[in-house]
Amino acid sequence: MSKIEINNIYKIFGPNPQQVMPMVKDGASKEQVMEETGHTVGLDNVSLSIEEGEIFVCMGLSGSGKSTLIRHINRLIDPTAGEVLVNNVDVCSLDEKEILEFRKKTMSMVFQRFGLFPHKTIIENVAYGLEIQEVPEDQRHEIAQGQIKAVGLEGFEHQYPAQLSGGMQQRVGLARALATNPEILLMDEAFSALDPLIRSEMQNQLVELQAKLKKTIVFITHDLDESLKLGDHIGILNGGRLVQVGKPEDIILNPADDYVKAFVKDVNRSKVLRARTIMTKLDKFDKSSVNPSSTYKYDEDTYIEDIVPKVLKDRSTIEVIDKEGMTTGFITSDELSVALTKTK
Amino acid sequence: MWALFLNTIIIMIRKLLTYFTFPIIFVWLLVVSYNSSKRKPDSVMELLTDPSWLYDWPKWLDIPLMKWINDGFKVFNEKYGIYFEVINDFLLGAILSLKKFLIVLPWPVVIALVVAIVFFSSGRKLGTTIFVGICTFFIGFLHPKFWDKAIETTSIMIIGILICIIIGIPLGIAMARNNKLRNAILPVLDLMQTIPSFCYLIPGIMLFGLGAVPAIIATVIYAVPPLVRLTDLGITLVDTEVIEAAEAFGASKRQKLLGVQLPLALPNIMQGINQCTMMALAMVVIASMIGTRGLGDEVLLGLQQLNVGKATEAGLAIVLLAIVLDRITQAYGKKIQDRNQPPK
Repeated sequence: MSKIEINNIYKIFGPNPQQVMPMVKDGASKEQVMEETGHTVGLDNVSLSIEEGEIFVCMGLSGSGKSTLIRHINRLIDPTAGEVLVNNVDVCSLDEKEILEFRKKTMSMVFQRFGLFPHKTIIENVAYGLEIQEVPEDQRHEIAQGQIKAVGLEGFEHQYPAQLSGGMQQRVGLARALATNPEILLMDEAFSALDPLIRSEMQNQLVELQAKLKKTIVFITHDLDESLKLGDHIGILNGGRLVQVGKPEDIILNPADDYVKAFVKDVNRSKVLRARTIMTKLDKFDKSSVNPSSTYKYDEDTYIEDIVPKVLKDRSTIEVIDKEGMTTGFITSDELSVALTKTK
Repeated sequence: MWALFLNTIIIMIRKLLTYFTFPIIFVWLLVVSYNSSKRKPDSVMELLTDPSWLYDWPKWLDIPLMKWINDGFKVFNEKYGIYFEVINDFLLGAILSLKKFLIVLPWPVVIALVVAIVFFSSGRKLGTTIFVGICTFFIGFLHPKFWDKAIETTSIMIIGILICIIIGIPLGIAMARNNKLRNAILPVLDLMQTIPSFCYLIPGIMLFGLGAVPAIIATVIYAVPPLVRLTDLGITLVDTEVIEAAEAFGASKRQKLLGVQLPLALPNIMQGINQCTMMALAMVVIASMIGTRGLGDEVLLGLQQLNVGKATEAGLAIVLLAIVLDRITQAYGKKIQDRNQPPK
């Protein structure tokens, strides 16, 4: 069973969404609906399933409905139609009290512009989720202290958010989200407001934390490189519709339509594709041409940017091995040139 | 299906109502004013044969609003006058005891108190504190008689502002939470600010008698709108992402209001209290015309005796009092604002 399951979600913004529903269900486009009824289609028949312990990245340009989608998971927004199952419970069926309880225990959220409380100190900010749960002060400050240490902000506990830089503020946001020890982490363009260097640093920190914590993370971004770096699976949204869902390699190698193609056009493929994806399998490979003296062994999860120099410079062949050291396939300049050629 | 149908019908009826309510009321008013007029023509036919009523505004085209209000007020006064007496006694008691307390204190103690309040509310700013101390001293220094008068004025104002706070802040909060209520209240606030104060001073006198209490009522009517507006504005202006953050952690409405919205709206609310104070001071002179004693009294006396010096002296004392009260309320608001957004 998936951790989060979203089934046929529709969201229409406007004074009378139910009346517009039939039209949207008949397949009218976002522009058509806007022109004829003045309603905005936020999400149009989106279905997704997100597995426990993975980072699911939801990508799209502004206005594609990605922020709307993530807010359905903790029901900051109610859907016009459809259901959202978290741990097999329909979120929309919860009443006022249950939904508060559900938000306290199950998930927390990180925001694009951090969403920190400017009137609270860093430690009070981090402890906020626990404060809402009415955990006693010394206990919650102890937990918050641990989280502040985990994100490397020791010594700033009693400062106010405005005294910190953007990157530090987002670390506070991350620590605050982790302090309640949620099963699910919702990250809404969490790193988009940061400058490139800090962003990359934060991405690495997230990957590190995730390796330890194994949370289920839903990450929203408009940056393809970021989604390829972080995502176990990626879903691409366009105009409220889900265009493609897949692993990073699938998105790069088999873009579903022109919109996705345009997205992946400028990606540095060698940083995304792994040896395993591009190799020729052992049984299909003609071994006779291989010169054993210039063969190098590489793990199947190696990114091909590490392989390229070896192949191009020494004309060598790469032998791809799995975790047990068994050979699974080979890579030569032929495979590389196919993999690095842009899809038209 | 049926629900949708019913919904459509309800919407249509609502539309019809909004289109027709005002014309119907207007026609009804025309008929009523015509029927109740003593100088109407003998028959309606006369209007058609003799068009002279089109030149000068006809005597019968006159809403009998004056009569309605007078009748209504009379009944109101007879029926509920007793309650107003209770309110009157209570307010008068409050003012008198506050005044007695402040007058009994030796004047250096009062100055010391003011200085101490400013010192702590401004976050230990020495310049402001000394300035306010000197201003307070100069009130009495201008004319020894002014000291007691200023205290009298201050007691009336403190009680008036307290009432403003008790009414204004909850009303502002309610408005921020409910758009319909806001749309209903905003025109009332406009009315309260624009209607000449004498219009409610007179019914005030009839209900409460001459003296301080109708002055307080007039002060509240005149001074409460900015506080209501700024409370509403302050709460609506709180960053939506910060509110979302609180919601995402499962904060209830009460936790959100007390923990996030009110503290963040506080600088605006303090600004509202400041405006409230200034406007209340503006009423002092007007209130003196209905027998309220205090600094306004002296201005009035100066004017009546054509004593320019006396009027100016008293006017200056009012300005000094305004400065003192302004600094006290401003300083506190600024201190909070500085903490939330320290200079970059």
